[in-house]
Amino acid sequence: MTRKITIDPITRLEGHGKISIFLDDAGAVEDCYFQIPELRGFEQFVVGRPIEELPRIVTRICGVCPANHHMASAKAVDACFNNEVAPLAHKLRDMYHHAHYIHSHTAHFYALAAPDFVMGPDADPAVRNILGVVAKVGLEIGGQVIRVRGLAQETQRIIGGRNTQDIWCLPGGVAKGLKPEELEQIKPWVKEMYEFTQFSLQLFRDVVLGNPQYVDLIVNGPYTLDVQFMGLVDQNNAPNFYDGKVRVVDYEGKELYKYEPREYAEYVAEHVEPWSYLKFPYLKKRGWKGFVEGIDSSIYAAAPLARLNVADRMATPKAQEAFEEMYGVLGAHPCRALLAQHWARLVEMVQNAEMLQQYCDDPEITGEEVRVIPQTITGEGVGIVEAMRGTLTHHYTCDERGICRSANLIVGTTNNNAPIQMVTKKVAQALIKPGKEPDQGLLNMVEMAFRSFDPCYSCATHSLGQMPLEAAIYRSGELVKTIKRNC
Amino acid sequence: MADKLQIAIYWGAACGGCDVSVLDTNEFILDVGAAADIRLWPIATDGKFKDIEAMKDGELDLAIFNGGVRNSENEHIARLLRLKSKTLIAYGSCAYMGGIPGLANLTSRDKILDTAYVHNASIEPGNKTVPQPETKIDGKELDIPKFYRRVYALNQAVDVDYYLPGCPPQPDQVKAVLLAVVKGELPAKGSVVGAYDHGLCEDCPRTRDEKKIKRFYRPWEIIADPNACLLEQGVLCAGVATRSGCGVRCPKSGIPCRGCYGPAPGVIDQGAKLASAVASIVDSKDPEEIQTILAGLPDFTSFAYRYSAPSSLLQRSHRP
Repeated sequence: MTRKITIDPITRLEGHGKISIFLDDAGAVEDCYFQIPELRGFEQFVVGRPIEELPRIVTRICGVCPANHHMASAKAVDACFNNEVAPLAHKLRDMYHHAHYIHSHTAHFYALAAPDFVMGPDADPAVRNILGVVAKVGLEIGGQVIRVRGLAQETQRIIGGRNTQDIWCLPGGVAKGLKPEELEQIKPWVKEMYEFTQFSLQLFRDVVLGNPQYVDLIVNGPYTLDVQFMGLVDQNNAPNFYDGKVRVVDYEGKELYKYEPREYAEYVAEHVEPWSYLKFPYLKKRGWKGFVEGIDSSIYAAAPLARLNVADRMATPKAQEAFEEMYGVLGAHPCRALLAQHWARLVEMVQNAEMLQQYCDDPEITGEEVRVIPQTITGEGVGIVEAMRGTLTHHYTCDERGICRSANLIVGTTNNNAPIQMVTKKVAQALIKPGKEPDQGLLNMVEMAFRSFDPCYSCATHSLGQMPLEAAIYRSGELVKTIKRNC
Repeated sequence: MADKLQIAIYWGAACGGCDVSVLDTNEFILDVGAAADIRLWPIATDGKFKDIEAMKDGELDLAIFNGGVRNSENEHIARLLRLKSKTLIAYGSCAYMGGIPGLANLTSRDKILDTAYVHNASIEPGNKTVPQPETKIDGKELDIPKFYRRVYALNQAVDVDYYLPGCPPQPDQVKAVLLAVVKGELPAKGSVVGAYDHGLCEDCPRTRDEKKIKRFYRPWEIIADPNACLLEQGVLCAGVATRSGCGVRCPKSGIPCRGCYGPAPGVIDQGAKLASAVASIVDSKDPEEIQTILAGLPDFTSFAYRYSAPSSLLQRSHRP
């Protein structure tokens, strides 16, 4: 008789999520579904709105990564207005976006990922949280994490007037420039953020790389997936989070596609399953082939590891050093070991901090020409940026008055819906064995699979270490066992 | 355990920005952790219901609910938390008024599903599959919550004690409210907390001259005077209909208010108030000219009710 295990709720994916695992008579995993039970309908309810309002509406898709949506939306709107944008506005937006990355990556690495490594994957759930981490590494470091994340938020507020729920971008540029005195206020913070990225890399070396068991888990554990990778790159094939072309490589490193944002619909399509509200993007030219791995698979992954996997190099010197060190240890580029995403996140943060430094030193950055009044409405635009959680595509059409006619959104986390579905099943199959009832440590190991992708919401959820989770095991529809953690 | 405040934080149809606003209280969050047992943050679903159900009625001192009610799961947990909590706060614009996801009340469920899963530019060619509350695959049953026809504000589903506005609420306001909870200094039930008892314009540094206007500008059509009232320059700004408490961050940054802190004190319907303000600023008595001037404000409804459609007098525009 088939048994069903429901891991519900999992909290860190654009709202709510759950995993349904089906076991056969012997207790082996027969099947596994990663379900997203939520829909809000942005693609429909922005229709009819003036197109310039969209950048300040779509931020409510995600309050953890609103700046990504704000930027992708602003770029799609720019294109609807014939891309008449003050050049300085692009620099300022990129600067702001880098600060946003540091806020999000810091929150994810320390509050969400670190507990699994600093405390251990099967540690007592009561201490496997940020408070446990702080107790172990010291209050000073904990305070520094809170401070730096706060500075990253404050940097956005100074540059763009607000942080969470951004308002700043308008067709033609941005609503306000950066005053010289505001720049002076930011400069020491940027220095502090940069030093923090170096500190974080060292912490990773000490805690994770210094432990052979963790290195083994990352490189040889069940957390690998043979799928292709996607990310935005500049003209040198270095990661660019705000602008560039989308590059897709297979897991052996061969470039499959490199496309302009406006061409996205030729390369990406979305599959629908009746059991989840979240769609499953795939490489369109290969067609939907199901949830299968392999060099011909049409499934791709996005987010930090994918971004570094599609890149030939980093854009800044210290980030380049970190990039070389990481792939040196991992042994291959591209790397298929998903737990290495946590490391990739730290490497990216170095580039974010170095780019912020470059902008601080840019004599033009405090200029006043931050917006032009566009003269032409072309009626269609695609904007692509890299959200922390993956390539983010916004595609709008509008009428001659600039009223939105259609909107199509392929959100960062959505790119990873199929890989998360697949790796969750793979890890469940590898770890849940006949004859042994799954315990909380094992359930956490299953969670670590999708957690590496940093699905949305993770930051806020974990800040006090509350990660309630309950697995109910059913036999023929009857509850036979309940495993609880933090409940 | 009983000495500490028992708190639950849950999100409904939300974006997570409210949770980030709690996080943005920075070091203060450690004090909250020390003063309270946070029994749930931020989520509970099926598995968790049993634990909340097992609690005594009123066992929680405080439940903070952000997000609106969009589906059957949101509603179920809202009811459960109401039952188990002495005090329930609708936290943020969505729980208070429906919020931006409440713009869905200007369209229909069928259109939303059709756009998302059938007709969008990147949908798998030929797809007709739309997610279903219950699916059976090889005899295995899978379920997801029922997607409702419209969005509800929290108090349209359950009785609410306090309303904390903002999209998201400003961290200083959040701190003040949490301190008031700890000290037992909350005002009368039904009050708006974490905001002021006056309109936004009172706190706006821009100058007002009682000017009337001959045309409206969309925000991208004008480089506005940074020191003068945006509405008097013809840029639609909802400040005149909105409660203060946000720190006037948008108008100070050259961006018009869209009303996230909800109706100003004494205002029942935020959109009606904004319509009345617009009507009084138009500088014309000629019906034809008035029409021409108002044509500069396309889609006025979504400005009037950017955050408050579900809790407005009309609640929704589509009735099947």
